[in-house]
Amino acid sequence: MMGLLVSIVVVLGIITFAQLIKVFEVTKSLKGGDDHIVTDKENRNQATLMFGYLFVFFAFCIWTYVKYGQFMLPEAASVHGEKIDTLLGFNFLIIILAFIITHILLFYFAFKYQRRVGGKADFITHNNKLELVWTTFPAIVLAVIIIYGISTWNEITRSEPENALTVELYAKQFDWTARFPGEDGKLGEANYRLISGTNPMGLITDNSLEEKLAELNEKKAELDAKLLDAVPDGKIAEDTQEEIWRVENHINKLIAFQKEADNRGAGYISGFDDKPVKVEFHLPVDEPIKFQIRAQDVIHSAYMPHFRAQMNAVPGMVTSFYFTPNKTTEEMRLITKNPEFDYLLYCNKICGAAHYNMQMKIVVESREKYEAWLDQQPVFYAEGLERLLEEELNKKQEVLASKK
Amino acid sequence: MEAQVTEKEILTTQHEEHHHHDEPFLTKYLFSQDHKMIGKQFLITGTFMAFVGMIMSLLFRVQLAWPGEGFAVLNFFLGDKWAPEGVLDPNMYLALVTIHGTIMVFFLLTAGLSGTFANLLIPLQIGARDMASGLLNMLSYWFFFVSSAIMLFSLYVESGPAAAGWTVYPPLSALPQAVPGSGLGMTLWLVSMSLFIVSSLLGGLNYIVTIINLRTKGMKMTRLPLSIWALFVTAILGVLSFPVLFAAALLLIFDRTFGTSFYLSDIYIAGEALDATGGSPLLFQHLFWFLGHPEVYIILLPALGITSEVIATNSRKPIFGYRAMVGSILAIGFLSFIVWGHHMFITGMNPFVGAVFTFTTLLIAIPSAVKAFNYITTLWKGNIRFTPAMMFAIAMVSTFITGGLTGIILADAALDINLHDTYFVVAHFHIVMGLSAVLAMFAGVYHWFPKLFGTLLNKRLGYIHFWLTFLSAYGVFFPQHFQGLAGVPRRYYSYTEYPMFADFADLSVFITIAAIIGGIAQVIFAYNFIYSAFRGQKSPQNPWGSNTLEWTTPIEHIHGNWPGELPTVHRWAYDYSKPGKDQDFVPQTVPLEEGEIDGESGH
Repeated sequence: MMGLLVSIVVVLGIITFAQLIKVFEVTKSLKGGDDHIVTDKENRNQATLMFGYLFVFFAFCIWTYVKYGQFMLPEAASVHGEKIDTLLGFNFLIIILAFIITHILLFYFAFKYQRRVGGKADFITHNNKLELVWTTFPAIVLAVIIIYGISTWNEITRSEPENALTVELYAKQFDWTARFPGEDGKLGEANYRLISGTNPMGLITDNSLEEKLAELNEKKAELDAKLLDAVPDGKIAEDTQEEIWRVENHINKLIAFQKEADNRGAGYISGFDDKPVKVEFHLPVDEPIKFQIRAQDVIHSAYMPHFRAQMNAVPGMVTSFYFTPNKTTEEMRLITKNPEFDYLLYCNKICGAAHYNMQMKIVVESREKYEAWLDQQPVFYAEGLERLLEEELNKKQEVLASKK
Repeated sequence: MEAQVTEKEILTTQHEEHHHHDEPFLTKYLFSQDHKMIGKQFLITGTFMAFVGMIMSLLFRVQLAWPGEGFAVLNFFLGDKWAPEGVLDPNMYLALVTIHGTIMVFFLLTAGLSGTFANLLIPLQIGARDMASGLLNMLSYWFFFVSSAIMLFSLYVESGPAAAGWTVYPPLSALPQAVPGSGLGMTLWLVSMSLFIVSSLLGGLNYIVTIINLRTKGMKMTRLPLSIWALFVTAILGVLSFPVLFAAALLLIFDRTFGTSFYLSDIYIAGEALDATGGSPLLFQHLFWFLGHPEVYIILLPALGITSEVIATNSRKPIFGYRAMVGSILAIGFLSFIVWGHHMFITGMNPFVGAVFTFTTLLIAIPSAVKAFNYITTLWKGNIRFTPAMMFAIAMVSTFITGGLTGIILADAALDINLHDTYFVVAHFHIVMGLSAVLAMFAGVYHWFPKLFGTLLNKRLGYIHFWLTFLSAYGVFFPQHFQGLAGVPRRYYSYTEYPMFADFADLSVFITIAAIIGGIAQVIFAYNFIYSAFRGQKSPQNPWGSNTLEWTTPIEHIHGNWPGELPTVHRWAYDYSKPGKDQDFVPQTVPLEEGEIDGESGH
């Protein structure tokens, strides 16, 4: 393959060079001649080449389809994905038909109506009937495409199933984290101001608030000390003062979270049992999943092509996408006849140097297997969860005691 | 009306007095206010930028075909910092992709295409002495020149040129912590683009005013060649949409420099939570695509206009359905303003809005289909002469159809979910916008070279150039549809991390080889261009037997275009092969015979 291509390049290079020399000679012998006039022979040759091109082009299209069409995505692995595939097939049918017809007409007319000796073109300026036909006909076809397309889009985006399993996809440079809710079935709240080494997704829980506050207070103390040492009104003092204001602002934001909790009389507890996982996550088959998508730094895009699913992850926004996977990984391996097949999630919005390698493996399996897998995943804050369990136990005992 | 005529007369006499002065080099070649010279300046600068953009694309194609392998050529162009041992750096890969896109979209296909042909053709085809304002026209070029220079300079800054994609979405483009290219490189990108917008506005306003006010006697709007109609609507689109990009760029500058948060919100990066809250990255996307989509038609309409002229002239037949062609230009121009959201179906925008944009976007297919059919029927029963220009124009119709049809798929929000930002999109817009416009630009250069340099491009080299270009063009972009349908994302430095993409390894090599052949073809063109401009065969007065006014001007450029009075127009531009005439063309300056009907209903 390579050798062939390289030799094609070399041959083309030689032909070009030979032509260049020829051109030099021809131009030298010409003195203001009529070289611009396309001779009958040239016209015939180019017209024939144009017509030949039609066949070369079609042959090329077929060759690429035969050779590479097989590597296109396998059938959709989600319920809505099957609708998308049908719509895609329908649209492709129309455009391929239009492609073939228009190209045959274009190149055939170019060939057929090449200049003839003593010939003359017909003086045809317009044809109202014909023009009406080829305005209305595409309009009708497009009306069908539009109605079919929009109704599919509405079905996909408006059908928010109840009781969907919520899974969060969290993107940052350059990896994904999936977060599953614990037994409470709810994902804990999150805010970027809580992100730290121990809390990479910025979950808001009672303990993460305290930890972050402690960290910031420590930082503030350091800065205060630095300010004391600095030359008053100097550059360092100015910068340090500014930094202190920023940290104070940050602290105030966190205190506001605590106050909010106090006001509603309940702490941030639903994040305790959340399960953040990396590298690989599992999904139960035939159950609706709601993906809640967030980003930490720049825009990313959660692309899961086998499920025909994609949604951008935008900093400052929570986006979402619903789908119901309907084929397990094992089933898909049989369908694709590839024992190593895996569903993938990867980033599809330019996000920096390692954008090209930001992926996660997805395993779709039965409910039982999924639960077994989920059980093995560590919770976000085990001590908090234990504390909650203890409190609950104590309450029950109190109730029992009071009954006695 | 009367005032206008007298003004024209005054202009005429003034110009006549100046005709045969020998102008000094500085005002003749550099700070020229003559539209023909400015057109040449735009063409040469745009073509130079195009070669830079093309070389960049070949460099990153080398990486895609042979990922991780060292190539001396990469090291030669990029040095040890960005291609140590000849292996392309991932950040530089993104920078190359970004600047390639920016240069091709703006510097070649906006300024290079519109700048060249609007400047050359508007005064010549409407019968004017020059643009309405020579000074603004000159400024338009020099703003473009400075903008190009800054863009090229940004390639040499230490942290590298802008690398957030040609769409420069924040926060990536706003935060130097996110990608090194968002440092000084991005600042220069924004400065360069701001100057570019100024250039575009000065040019556009001038084109509009000139077309409305300076048409010669008898040149009714309904007699304008389609090239002028296309350039007219293009200029209007530019004037209405470029200021919005300016606003987008300005707000981005504020976010980057003055600590505002128009586009930034809740960001934690490089171990630090930024203060910015309340902004929205989506705002930028709305502003960007409010320009970005009309921009596609700012590129395409002049291409379609050129194609109309070239096809009619060389088919020796009137353009089919002149009124429908004008109508579809206007319809496309109007619709181009209400479709920008189709770039944002999966950004988290409300799904209802997605449905609306699907509807408006698919509507564009109707006027586009009308144009395609009209080109094909112009060929029908013609007497076709295969000049290189004509062949490029036919090829343009092919790419316009092929790329347009895949647009129907991408316009469908439901289908865009899975194809967004994949190679299917790359194939689509390169074919429909890139190839179509480039092919039409070649058609225009081959066709109007005599009006630019007084000489003809060599025909044989033209044929070789055409076939290599056309074959390699589809060779590069057609197979990319299959990559897209396999879920291969664009802007990936390497695909080796994904077993599922290994099947396309040999296709990547094929595409790169095709691209290199295409690149070699452009060297042939460059040779032909330079050689013919200086030593090419002198052109006769009207080499293509064309009806339009530009072929009535003297071959040697003179200030004011026509010696003596301006020509008077008596008919539309498409009286080719009209029955009862001696020749197969009737220039617009020939008076109507008694009882002869003008225009579309002239049979």
